[in-house]
Amino acid sequence: MRADLDAIVRWVPEGARVLDLGCGDGALLRSLWQERKAPGYGVEIDDDSVIACVANDVNVLQVDLESGLGLFADASFDCVILSLTLQAVHRTEAVLREMLRVGREAIVSFPNFGHWSARLQVMLGKMPVSAALPYEWYETPNVHHCTVTDFEDLCRRLGIRIRERLVLHEGKPVSLMPNLLGSLAVYRCTQS
Amino acid sequence: MLVCHALNASHHVAGFYQNQPENLGWWDNLVGPGKPLDTQRFFVVGSNYLGSCFGSTGPASINPANGKPWGADFPVVTVEDWVETQARLADHLGIDTFAAVIGGSLGAMQALQWTLSYPQRVRHALVIAAAAKLSPQNIAFNEVARQAIMTDPDFHGGHYYDKGVVPTRGLRIARMIGHITYLSGEAMAEKFGRLLRRKTLGFDFDIDFEVESYLRYQGDKFSTYFDANTYLRITKALDYFDPAGDFDGNLSAALARAQAQFLVVSFKSDWRFPPARSREVVRALLDNRRIVSYLEIDAPGGHDAFLLEDPRYHAALRSYFATIDL
Repeated sequence: MRADLDAIVRWVPEGARVLDLGCGDGALLRSLWQERKAPGYGVEIDDDSVIACVANDVNVLQVDLESGLGLFADASFDCVILSLTLQAVHRTEAVLREMLRVGREAIVSFPNFGHWSARLQVMLGKMPVSAALPYEWYETPNVHHCTVTDFEDLCRRLGIRIRERLVLHEGKPVSLMPNLLGSLAVYRCTQS
Repeated sequence: MLVCHALNASHHVAGFYQNQPENLGWWDNLVGPGKPLDTQRFFVVGSNYLGSCFGSTGPASINPANGKPWGADFPVVTVEDWVETQARLADHLGIDTFAAVIGGSLGAMQALQWTLSYPQRVRHALVIAAAAKLSPQNIAFNEVARQAIMTDPDFHGGHYYDKGVVPTRGLRIARMIGHITYLSGEAMAEKFGRLLRRKTLGFDFDIDFEVESYLRYQGDKFSTYFDANTYLRITKALDYFDPAGDFDGNLSAALARAQAQFLVVSFKSDWRFPPARSREVVRALLDNRRIVSYLEIDAPGGHDAFLLEDPRYHAALRSYFATIDL
């Protein structure tokens, strides 16, 4: 399992109601159900992924998360998860606000653009390509890359309180200079 | 598994009768051995709704009180009535609980109603191309169809059976109107474009365009096999359906009774019951913390897409059926 998913599963309390935005084939929701007895729904736009969710017996809602989470009532979830999707979201602020409208808590993970290998590649005049950022610039679905520092700045501006942070590289936690040495960041946030 | 039919179909869901090999059931692409709704796995029940002209008692049936066809005296029936009759059929067949009730359009309304009338008797509801109630625009189309029938001089206030006539003209127009709303503009453009039926424009009122020819053909065909009194009643059943009606329009409150697991499917090109209408159902189910999945399929077929074979649609249904425990 992806390292960020491991952290997410640990952060979700037993029996919590979960919403997973951009849930892919529903693998995370399945493990949350198996390991945490946390019932949930996924939001996914891609046809094949949605069908995979149905086959995996995961509740999935085929709506565009960019156009808002209007299907969901205020505070109807304990955790709203956005794993490795933030960087592909167009209306970043609106989506973060919506997450904390429908959920008590938001869990967000993203590839850290501040990792030294990305910085080095840019310094050498190239757009970064790595395990965490696997796309060439001309084919990437990602539109809003950010660094650990950038994300924390945005949270501050939006009045979002960061409760917990885990920065990883190759699956291992990074505590020293995380914005330089971590390639993947996971946050647990609430409304302040 | 109970399959509920929509406006003009019947209990003949799939397959064909021995003497009519070309007359396939209306959902033959979905239902059958090895098909997404696999009859080797599920026992499938298709029932014909009350008031129909294809077998169940309807306006053309004989009223035992006077030995004449019911005609206009046949009551207006509702979706709730149909679910009631299906429940009695299930009792008769010894079916306590359905693994699933499935339907599209008016059939989807029945599937939804099942979860409200008999929450304990349906484990899964597949609600496809649905609306929890008709919009004023939907009702308006139905009213035009009814007016076409009722103003036909051969209608005779609904008592046309013993006069030896059929309000064919009214039925034709009703069907033509209906047909326009079942297809998307895109599907019509693709199917017909502005293709001409004859070499040049006629500057008269005969058929110029292919689409006119198609509508006339559909209208003519329909008027030979469908009963006008039935048509009036099913359009009323559609208009009246509104489970939220008893709850001050609050659909979430109305669906609080439902216990089933839901699969809701809509089609992007459907402008008769567009995806937004299905999302209302989904939202109400989410408000009640029901188990629900929702698919919005980008198929071009319009409202009729639920009857067509789209690979994503059928793959999703096949996958869903596979998760139903028996």
